[in-house]
Amino acid sequence: MHPFTYTRVSDTRAALDAGRRGGRYIAGGTTLVDLMRETVERPESLIDISGLPLREVGVTERGGLRIGALVTMAEAAAHPKVRTLHPVISEALELSASAQLRNMATIGGNIMQRTRCTYFRDVTADCNKRVPGSGCAARQGYNRTHAILGTSDACVATHPSDVAVAFAALEARVHLLGPDGARQVPFADFLLRPGRTPDREQALGQGELITTVEIPALPRPLRSGYLKVRDRQSYEFALTSAAVALHVRGGLIREAKVAAGGVGTVPWKLPAVERHLIGERPSEALWAAAAARAADGARPLQHNRFKAELLKRTVERQLRTVGGTK
Amino acid sequence: MTTELPDSAVPPPTGPGESSPPPTRRTFIATSTAVGGVVVAGGVIGGTSLVGSEEATAAAASPAGRVTLTVNGTRRTVTVDNRTSLLDLLREHFGLTGSKKGCNAGACGACTVLVDGQRVNSCLTLAVRLEGAEVTTIEGLADGDRLHPLQQAFIDQDAFQCGYCTPGQIMSGVGCIEEGHTGSPEEIREWMSGNICRCGCYVKIVRAVEQTAGRK
Repeated sequence: MHPFTYTRVSDTRAALDAGRRGGRYIAGGTTLVDLMRETVERPESLIDISGLPLREVGVTERGGLRIGALVTMAEAAAHPKVRTLHPVISEALELSASAQLRNMATIGGNIMQRTRCTYFRDVTADCNKRVPGSGCAARQGYNRTHAILGTSDACVATHPSDVAVAFAALEARVHLLGPDGARQVPFADFLLRPGRTPDREQALGQGELITTVEIPALPRPLRSGYLKVRDRQSYEFALTSAAVALHVRGGLIREAKVAAGGVGTVPWKLPAVERHLIGERPSEALWAAAAARAADGARPLQHNRFKAELLKRTVERQLRTVGGTK
Repeated sequence: MTTELPDSAVPPPTGPGESSPPPTRRTFIATSTAVGGVVVAGGVIGGTSLVGSEEATAAAASPAGRVTLTVNGTRRTVTVDNRTSLLDLLREHFGLTGSKKGCNAGACGACTVLVDGQRVNSCLTLAVRLEGAEVTTIEGLADGDRLHPLQQAFIDQDAFQCGYCTPGQIMSGVGCIEEGHTGSPEEIREWMSGNICRCGCYVKIVRAVEQTAGRK
């Protein structure tokens, strides 16, 4: 681990000042400390933001759900409002990492976490995300767990978060605070596809701080849930996953929010699947027909061809589970 | 895997009875190795610390911080290299070697301790961030000679073979019981999945947690 200075801040103004000067924010630290030890990350200055007042979970007047950036994964998952309004968020969180890591890691840090691509973590391997221009060892390497959607010639790494898949499905908004003030970014624009600059992963300016993730109000009743498919039953990253939320009224699906994880370079929203569901009556045939669109545009690599079919089946099963025809 | 060992330039923490501790298995092995002429780097410093020469040189120029925390009920003030993990602070500065270093990457759970009552991976916790924190390790669980119920349950259920993961399993189990995730063997398995046991004692570990939760 490279040496670094350490500063604890207790108000956002001090945090932003330090961030503008190039300090790196640390909250739970579960990704950052791990990657610093591997020398993948080499910050010269850590700004400890864990004392900032960003720990609230609340419901807005219009019925949106706000989760403070420093709420831990464990706290968010267990929060009554989260469990009642959006089970898909609680389920995604509780199927992530381990109980210990969920006690440490925060919601803001979760969506900032970096890929688990083994070549990214191995400082002796070529990786455009770690060292721009060095190449991508995963393309010709062992790429069974890599992405089939949103990839580029430069990078095929997946985004590892589960709860980010739920946030993508529910069209969350990320509240940011920076030296130039506050702004909001739609979740779909917050995490960046690799393109030719895989080292740039979030739409964040220097020193900008995530303050809140907000889930906009959705019509009720809303049923939702998260399905994660992986090599072992617990404490493992997704091969495929599906976040689904459905609003059914008068026997017809009026709202459908669907996204997939484990398959994309970013959490992968599935608008074609959603469009197929809207206005239709829930049925076994509908789930299958909608899920058939889940892998549209997929570009599998040598070792992950199975993911396209697995993704369709994952989405179909979760539509059935949430939609309740069986 | 790299290790941030304590800075030799930093005086060892002062505390009651720490000036010349009696020989332990750890210091005995370290000393014997040195006498045997198999010294690779460093030696015994302050009775508990093994410092590699390379790390010591790097550490001398590295930023450090002063932190006061409570470990197993004892208040401690210590100056640490900012890179020091809680795990290394416990093991190398305080001589509390019950918490184990398995993967040093948050993947195995062998280093699990409680910080302010919550189970965490001490290998991913920077010690310098723990100002005012209350830390409980496996050494702090028993009440004198009376074992914690979960320690006793691990013996009753024969829930270990090599024992390396056991301190982490027990600390994680204490957290799991406290959190109330012990409704069924399946729930215990899920909520204990952050602790890996290469001997494969999972069935008995689940029984030990069940036994203790049932008594509560």
